[in-house]
Amino acid sequence: MTYLAKPKFRHPALVPNKLGFTHRDYEGSISTLCAGCGHDSISAALIQACYELDIEPHRVAKLSGIGCSSKTPDYLLGQSHGFNSVHGRMPSVLTGANLANKDLIYLGVSGDGDSASIGLGQFVHCVRRAMNMVYICENNGVYGLTKGQFSATADQGSKSKAGGTNNDAPIDLVGLALLAGATFVARSFSGDKHQLVPLIKAAIAHKGSAVIDVISPCVAFNNHPGSTKSFDFVREHNEAVNSLDFIEAREEITVKYEPGSVEEVKQHDGSILRLHKLHGDYDPRDRVKAMNYLQERHAAGEIVTGLLYLDPEPRDLHAALNTVDVPLNSLGTRELCPGAKVLEGINDDYR
Amino acid sequence: MPKPIETTNDFVVKFANVNGSGSASANELFALSILRMGVPVTSRNIFPSNIQGLPTWYEVRVSEAGWLGRRGGVDLMVAMNPQTWDKDVASIDVGGYLFYDSTRPMPASKFRPDINVIGMPLTDICNRTYSDPRQRQLFKNIIYVGALASLLDIDITVIEGLIAEQFKGKERLLDSNFKALHLGRDYANEHLAKTCKLSVRKSDRVGNRIFIEGNDAAALGAVYGGATVCAWYPITPSTSMAEAFTAHCRKLRVDSVTKKNKFAIIQAEDELAAIGAVIGAGWNGARAFTATSGPGISLMQEFIGLAYFAEIPAVIFDIQRGGPSTGMPTRTQQSDILIAAYASHGDTKHILLFPEDPREAFELAAKSFDLAERLQTVIFVMQDLDIGMNAWLCEPLTWSEEQIYDRGKIMTYEDLEKGKEFGRYLDVDGDAIPYRTLPGTHPTKGAYFTRGTSRDRYAKYSEEGSVYVDNMQRLLRKLETAKKYVPKPVVRHAKEATRFGAIYFGSTSPAMTEALVALEAKGIHIDTMRLRAFPFPDEVIEFVNAHEQIFIVEQNRDAQMRTLLVNEGAIDPARFISILHYDGTPITARFITKAIGERMSVMGVSRREAAQ
Repeated sequence: MTYLAKPKFRHPALVPNKLGFTHRDYEGSISTLCAGCGHDSISAALIQACYELDIEPHRVAKLSGIGCSSKTPDYLLGQSHGFNSVHGRMPSVLTGANLANKDLIYLGVSGDGDSASIGLGQFVHCVRRAMNMVYICENNGVYGLTKGQFSATADQGSKSKAGGTNNDAPIDLVGLALLAGATFVARSFSGDKHQLVPLIKAAIAHKGSAVIDVISPCVAFNNHPGSTKSFDFVREHNEAVNSLDFIEAREEITVKYEPGSVEEVKQHDGSILRLHKLHGDYDPRDRVKAMNYLQERHAAGEIVTGLLYLDPEPRDLHAALNTVDVPLNSLGTRELCPGAKVLEGINDDYR
Repeated sequence: MPKPIETTNDFVVKFANVNGSGSASANELFALSILRMGVPVTSRNIFPSNIQGLPTWYEVRVSEAGWLGRRGGVDLMVAMNPQTWDKDVASIDVGGYLFYDSTRPMPASKFRPDINVIGMPLTDICNRTYSDPRQRQLFKNIIYVGALASLLDIDITVIEGLIAEQFKGKERLLDSNFKALHLGRDYANEHLAKTCKLSVRKSDRVGNRIFIEGNDAAALGAVYGGATVCAWYPITPSTSMAEAFTAHCRKLRVDSVTKKNKFAIIQAEDELAAIGAVIGAGWNGARAFTATSGPGISLMQEFIGLAYFAEIPAVIFDIQRGGPSTGMPTRTQQSDILIAAYASHGDTKHILLFPEDPREAFELAAKSFDLAERLQTVIFVMQDLDIGMNAWLCEPLTWSEEQIYDRGKIMTYEDLEKGKEFGRYLDVDGDAIPYRTLPGTHPTKGAYFTRGTSRDRYAKYSEEGSVYVDNMQRLLRKLETAKKYVPKPVVRHAKEATRFGAIYFGSTSPAMTEALVALEAKGIHIDTMRLRAFPFPDEVIEFVNAHEQIFIVEQNRDAQMRTLLVNEGAIDPARFISILHYDGTPITARFITKAIGERMSVMGVSRREAAQ
């Protein structure tokens, strides 16, 4: 239906958020992806998360690489600046953008070809640099735009639509994010909005490197029997370790829970992540145990989802660089140029 | 035995050392002491891509006349490296001098009958004086500086002053360095008096000039030009620019009250990430740059095309070295001209600036950020190793207090609020430069999607042929606009009218200046033009059209600047005569003089005709 222009009309019953914006104000251009694409559900989750968090759309910068997933920033937050950069290199562009203005929310949207193959290095280095960002990988295990080649996240032994078998070991972006020091690591499923939306909200509130790997089935090339990234396979093998309620700092907490079944983690900005434990004693604050657990369950054929790791007191690149409080792009000649007098003194050092 | 070379304030000393032996600082001390005596000096470090054990040379040209290029030839060789002995000895001019460590006897066949040999038992003196092997090594260098001071009449108090500045607050080191210096001087006074007829005499020809490396000066230019983001990846010979930028920012860019930094520097994981971060920062309104060399430029190609097509300000300092591939990583060349001018796939053209020395590297570095924002594109500052990593004597750096950064066409919140029409790729002013907005400016106006795919004037994705052509044509017109903003060439007219012209650029400048005087003395008159930028301003083509034959002096094999001129100016290639020097050493005045002189005689140009 992509040939239809998106109508500006807004249903009068749409409820505005605290800023007076309705859900419609967080949408973007109409999607050109295939009908039923998992990526569109992720865009919808992002739109809902931003609407519910009362974020001013123009204070978000959306960056992406190349591929189906990287097209999606165009389909959400129409009042935000977006940057569709080059294949696999979004992390470096986001890094530079973030250095220039620390006051915006940086949303990096990527795919498995973008993040796990051509841009594997940039993904890992961006994370290890403690970039304050939300990095979403829309992971479908396949190259969609070039029609169905395996990507590096495809499981060993999984089948392509054309019938080939993948011989190569998969790259696990969640495992890499944990190794590289990400301070917020989650995995979710595009088909589970109830899990995904709170995770995105918590990631946006997180002032550090937040990575969400979202399994997002490709209806055109990777939704067949033998695929481990199909809707059916993911639904059957999805093992969530927890479910999350995201509570903003300003909200009042009213509901009481049974001790032991719920854990609350306060983030640096005051927001609270209420984790309903679904899987024994899974502790999302233990990086090493998280890595072991993920390896173990992957070997057993499960897809572990939920909030997998969280450091509620994250570090951030700007703190390490000790940059001034105002955005660097707001500084002008007066603040930046040492002037003629100082230069005379500098000349003396070279005589 | 030919007559020993006898000259004051006009000679070349070359030090042949082993790298990692601590010779570099001693040799620099030697050069600075002559400079402090008011005699112009130029020095060149010829070093290997290695940390310890390979040959390295340091060449000092002393020139009362003020010639700052490499002259060619050696009057005094300080031969401290047995590995390169034969070649070093062979390179001395007839009647010149060889200073060497005579501790171990050498067969007569190792010397030449037409040079003057000055032996000094340096190892022996060191072994007698010092017991620590490291001290023996390090102080040997200072001892020969002391001996050279005696041989060349360098004022020892000047050297002492320099050492005192260097070791301020470290008195123990000061005394031991003085001791070594005096040891060398006293030995030479006693045993080597009157063996050398080269001498230094106090002068006032240095004036208020400064002695600075191009990378250091360019880094200062980036500070003055308002760069706040630097992303880089280590690569010789550009590394010292990023490091100098870091050092200058720590002194000049820390908020005095909060002690926080008005800069962000990241060492990226590779050159792709470095340019990616620069483009991200430029898109978001910060002045950003990277420093790299040829291999880095090769890696950055895709991103450079993005910045060109999406029209994002970015500055790249290319400190050129010998290519292709890893090539000669520690030698100089001007061989990235074409890859920079046409970087990336598809139809692209970029703006290049060619500083002639560290002073101009400072000026053009600062200017590059104005140009990048004004023209919303990539600016290459084309330095090379010769300028970047050698200290040059040049005019002091200057800055006008009235200078305000030109941020180019940025629509503000107020502009958008007033209802000004915004189309990211809309040519409103007829100069083909569109307006841009920065992310986060306005809640409901001015947002757009940046992409490397084709789009219409309002930044909307389009694969329509006419829309694509419209945009590509505007980008060409923008390059025409750029010609008005880039620095003009510097034209010099010969004393007599001539049909010959010569074009040169960058680090060739001092050697060219000197060569022209030598040619003029032979009655060969040539008008010259020093290029300072690409795209070529109209004056460049006018100069070419005004001369029948034009020499182009370049430091690369394939005459890249000639190709660019022929291509962009639609000029008959037969009118150009290439003078090419690309062995990795800086071009010399002697080389240019000889090459042009020979071609003139081949063409049968008599003195009289050349002058017509």
